[in-house]
Amino acid sequence: MPAVIRIEGLTKRFGDVIALDAVSLDVAENEFLALLGPSGCGKTTLLRAIAGLETPDAGQILIDAVNQNGRAPYQRPVNMMFQSYALFPHMTVADNVAFGLRQDGLKGAALTDRVREALARVEMEALGTRKPQQLSGGQKQRVALARCLAKRPRALLLDEPLAALDKHLRERTQLELMTLREKLGIAFIVVTHDQDEAMGMATRVAVMDRGRILQTGAPRDLYDRPLNRAVAGFFGHMNIWDGAVTGTDSVACAAGTVRVADPLPREGAMVAVAVRPEQITLRGPENDVGSNQITGVIAEVVYGGTVSTYFVRHGEHRLRVVRQNGAGAAFRRGDTVTASWPAAAVRVLAP
Amino acid sequence: MSAARFRKTLLAVPWVWAALLFFLPLAIVVKISLAETAVGVPPYTALIDHGALRATLANYRDVFADSFYAGAYVSSVKIAGLATILAVLAGYPMAYAIARAPERRRGLLLLLVTLPFWTSLLIRIYAWIGLLRPGGVINAVLESVGLIDTPLQMINTTAAVCFGMVYAYLPFMVLPLYARLERLDPALVEAAGDLGATPWRAFLSVTLPLSLPGVMAGALLVFIPCVGEFVIPDLLGGPDTVMIGKVLWSEFFSSRDWPLSAALTVVMMAVLVIPVLAVQRTLGEEP
Repeated sequence: MPAVIRIEGLTKRFGDVIALDAVSLDVAENEFLALLGPSGCGKTTLLRAIAGLETPDAGQILIDAVNQNGRAPYQRPVNMMFQSYALFPHMTVADNVAFGLRQDGLKGAALTDRVREALARVEMEALGTRKPQQLSGGQKQRVALARCLAKRPRALLLDEPLAALDKHLRERTQLELMTLREKLGIAFIVVTHDQDEAMGMATRVAVMDRGRILQTGAPRDLYDRPLNRAVAGFFGHMNIWDGAVTGTDSVACAAGTVRVADPLPREGAMVAVAVRPEQITLRGPENDVGSNQITGVIAEVVYGGTVSTYFVRHGEHRLRVVRQNGAGAAFRRGDTVTASWPAAAVRVLAP
Repeated sequence: MSAARFRKTLLAVPWVWAALLFFLPLAIVVKISLAETAVGVPPYTALIDHGALRATLANYRDVFADSFYAGAYVSSVKIAGLATILAVLAGYPMAYAIARAPERRRGLLLLLVTLPFWTSLLIRIYAWIGLLRPGGVINAVLESVGLIDTPLQMINTTAAVCFGMVYAYLPFMVLPLYARLERLDPALVEAAGDLGATPWRAFLSVTLPLSLPGVMAGALLVFIPCVGEFVIPDLLGGPDTVMIGKVLWSEFFSSRDWPLSAALTVVMMAVLVIPVLAVQRTLGEEP
């Protein structure tokens, strides 16, 4: 798949703060890419730089192999949906959508056709004469989307598109965005701080922190194989222990001896081992001290409908375990349990 | 005191203020405008004399019959209108620049805009006399660099009056306009650019229309006092600068014709009410 957007060594400073630190990234023609990270990680700056709203200090952005350095936002074949939607309050819905097309010199029937088409795409054609302040949050979001799509951009940039919506609407809109992107066949780049949102929508996720991309990959890959602590911690929860390599497949840490299926560095090296909470099974207490298991007391149970989260106290650590409700024996707070996990579930992270 | 009563009391304050300092004086002015001149103190007849109402519209007839007064109104509105337009042209870039300046510097810039108010208007207009008169600073500089041979007649012209008004009332234009521009979401202009508008097009189709209420508010604050302005036309104006403020002054103090000047005032207020209502209507339509 050819790259529609290619970012090479992009750097941006705001005073002493490095918002983007030599970021390189390719965006394929047909992907739904999520830029995921905590606030201030540089994800919004990266999106705005692609749109031309921030001027990078170094590096370049190519769209369809054309260098965009020095090109103003109005000269770039991408469109951005702003977090606040930025609908023009003095124009009707139809005029908002027509705005971008008028800049391209479209007039008359050609213009109205394109406006109608864009509004129909988001099921808003009935509300063309309304003013933005007469719309609900979800309707505003649709108009903002239609306004971008009417321009038929090469890529759509979405800044926290679901942040202003309530929970139900968020799930529905998420599905709609996915369907829409498949229909249009253009790249969507979405900025979000919400890992569930990123995992649910995107075909690929780039995890960012402090102006750098830590890891990119399909949501499943990032979840199953995080490369470092930041990705592991940001993308769901993990139980992480620091330890030292004691053999070709074993690490000694606070959880005892942990056997690992993944390749390990040489003996004596410091590493961190990590296990997802749902990969751990609980059973009644056992006395034999094997590898990949610990025995402790349940300190807390958080009921969550389909699953419950158990916190098992073991020395100074609190092991997080997620269990399907109704599967096997129920454990209560204060019960002593043995928690175990297979070697294949253990991930090795940089210390 | 309950919260509701406290609220009501608080809301009554502006009404009491307006009643005491606007409506009551206005009623007195209207009353005087319906009287006749008389020799004495006060120099007009009482409205109710021995139980009989003695009101006359003769003063209003005089105001409308004498084309001199009509000319004074028209010329006042013209000069004030021109000053208002110039104040918009000068004030808009200032307000825009301040609204776009870094946040920590805006306070200082706004302070600079209001700085002239720290000196009395009269003193500042006198200073302009010193700058504009034939032997004044500007003429002296122009002569010394050889740009002119004879002094330019700048003082005592209608242009000087207009200039003085722009100078004196510019802050009233800048401040409401700044307040409006500062509240404008920068994402709106960015969105216009993102959708293909050049910066100039984005300004014309987004920033300007959304800042019009600020322009209107500022224009009113400049136009209304300028129409009735007395000090500036008196000090900077010439013999052919006829403005209603000056006419009022001379009818009141020189001719001691209080009823006629009261009638002139009432008519002037009526003239001013029209633009105020027009602007209020456009502001009322705002989102």
